[in-house]
Amino acid sequence: MEPTLDQYLLVSGALFAIGLLGVIVRRNLLIIYMSLELMLNAANVALVAMSRFNGNLDGQVMVFFIITVAAAEVSVGLALIIALYRKRQTAEVEDLATMKL
Amino acid sequence: MNTAAWLILLLPLFSAVVIGLGAFRSRKASAAISVGAVVGSFLLTLLLVSAGVKEGPTHTWLEFESLQIDIGLQIDPLSKLMLCVVTGVGSLIHIFSLGYMNKDRDFSRYFAFLSLFIFSMLGIVLADNFVMMFIFWELVGVSSYLLIGFWFEKPSAADAAKKAFLTNRVGDFGFLIGILMVWAALGSVRFADLVNAVPGETATITGLAGFLIFCGAMGKSAQAPLHVWLPDAMEGPTPVSALIHAATMVAAGVYMLCRVFFLIEGTWAMEAIAWIGALTSLIAALMAVQQDDIKRILAYSTLSQLGYMVMAVGLGSPNAAMFHLTTHACFKALLFLGAGSVIVALHHEQDIWKMGGLRERMPRTYWTFLIGTMALCGVPLFSGFFSKEAILDAALENNILLFLVAVFVALLTTFYMTRLFVVAFMGEPRSAHAKSAAENSAVMTVPLLLLAVPSVLAGYFNAHAPNPLVLAASLVVLVFGMLVANTLYNGAETDPLPARFGRLAKTLRDRLWFDEVYQWFIDNVQENLAKLADTIDRWVIAGLLVRGTHGTTELAGRVLRLAQTGNLQTYAFWFAAGLVALLIFTLA
Repeated sequence: MEPTLDQYLLVSGALFAIGLLGVIVRRNLLIIYMSLELMLNAANVALVAMSRFNGNLDGQVMVFFIITVAAAEVSVGLALIIALYRKRQTAEVEDLATMKL
Repeated sequence: MNTAAWLILLLPLFSAVVIGLGAFRSRKASAAISVGAVVGSFLLTLLLVSAGVKEGPTHTWLEFESLQIDIGLQIDPLSKLMLCVVTGVGSLIHIFSLGYMNKDRDFSRYFAFLSLFIFSMLGIVLADNFVMMFIFWELVGVSSYLLIGFWFEKPSAADAAKKAFLTNRVGDFGFLIGILMVWAALGSVRFADLVNAVPGETATITGLAGFLIFCGAMGKSAQAPLHVWLPDAMEGPTPVSALIHAATMVAAGVYMLCRVFFLIEGTWAMEAIAWIGALTSLIAALMAVQQDDIKRILAYSTLSQLGYMVMAVGLGSPNAAMFHLTTHACFKALLFLGAGSVIVALHHEQDIWKMGGLRERMPRTYWTFLIGTMALCGVPLFSGFFSKEAILDAALENNILLFLVAVFVALLTTFYMTRLFVVAFMGEPRSAHAKSAAENSAVMTVPLLLLAVPSVLAGYFNAHAPNPLVLAASLVVLVFGMLVANTLYNGAETDPLPARFGRLAKTLRDRLWFDEVYQWFIDNVQENLAKLADTIDRWVIAGLLVRGTHGTTELAGRVLRLAQTGNLQTYAFWFAAGLVALLIFTLA
């Protein structure tokens, strides 16, 4: 049995929700970052599914771009996290509240 | 000639600025600059008068749509006469001051202020529009404040200066409204334009505007009920009293009335002005009868004579007013300087009951003071006689009641001046200082002699054959007043009047309780109004409006701060919640 569009979207939504939950509740910056990636890929799943069911390749092309840009973004983000860790000796998010006056 | 006219005005300003900016370090330089400036103005005035200039220069200062304000000089017979009085009398008083203020610590400051005053006064005289006149009018107020409060270490002098300034403000408020009204109704503030515009307006409007402008004159010329500052202003140095409170500043009100006479001519304001003048001259003469301070007697006498001048304007005879103003400026300045000479010789004693027997000791002061007294009393052939005659003539023609008041005032004038003269100069010395008094140096006596000349002769420039009735009336009161005062006071050790008319004399001595009534008014009415305003300011404006705004903002800020936790995940949560809310809102 072929999965329907609704089922794909359901999976995409579930992944997005899990990612968001991870961003909100987890303390470690690396985990938060991974959750963010999960949210990004949830969106990718939705785009690919839409593309497949509409018979139109635009969505898939866009996903390729997103994956490429995400790879670059991950390297920048990880670099930032490492720099932060070197400076503060922590990657826990509640220790990073110095922006508040 | 235009340059000369500007120089007349600007020389004293130049002097004040130079002294203020540095020359004050040298007493001699300050005095020389100041005296030089005023004498220079006097000589230029003489040049201007002899050259017969009829028009002054004008520069536009401000121009709005329909309002044009000039800085221009009005040169006509009226301002020329006044220029002569101000610079002429001013020069002599400057010279007299050299002697009078010789020992004062702040000699230079005194001359700087004096120059500033002369500048302001000349500005009033030369102004060719209301706005310029008002500016200089206020400058005169300021410089008079500075000069009255010259010895500001004395609380009484500081208070007198404040009183003079505040009382003048009351009158000036009316003046300002009057100017605005003139501009609104007649569309110009230039005197030259106004003369032509007045016939097109109803007499009610011009009369009201004229009366409001007269309020300014009431302040400066110390007319009842705003006369209270002038006697207190005697706290200033005596030459200042002579210059400001006899010859120039107080005459500014009368001069201004003559300048704008076209505005009030033929309106109801004339009647009001005449009565206010008559009332002032009457109450001031009454109060003068029971004063003991030589300068205060002269101050009340000045009030009374100013009342005469204002009354003359109100009676439609500005010429008589200006005539009396001129002669009065000469002989009253003479009397004040004479009083100053006596005060210096007696080591700053001002009570006439501690003087006496000065005839032999101070002959020049004695004789010149006698001339001044005779001129003020209106002894025939002295200058005061002619000018007083002119006013009495005007009164007799227009209003018999005012004529009677004026004659009675003339009687009182003769009485109190004879009293002053007999007590202060005749008889035996009544104090150690009076016994050891000696005539002052020439720098003080020469101005007296020079002022005595116009005090005698100034009347002949405008002498008319007097009306026989007026002549008879004034001669009768003159002789009667002198005889009564002489009988009462010749050889008297103390004033006999309080014993004879206890309560009446005390009322006059207490100056008809004007100050007390004002004090009551301030304590009870003004104080409560001020408290009310304070309450409104404190609770409604500061409390409700200012603190309310501030409080609401701060409270909102405090509440909103709670959302700013500094935790990244809280922000993420709010971000997601916002997104969900937005989705629900758009999709549902």
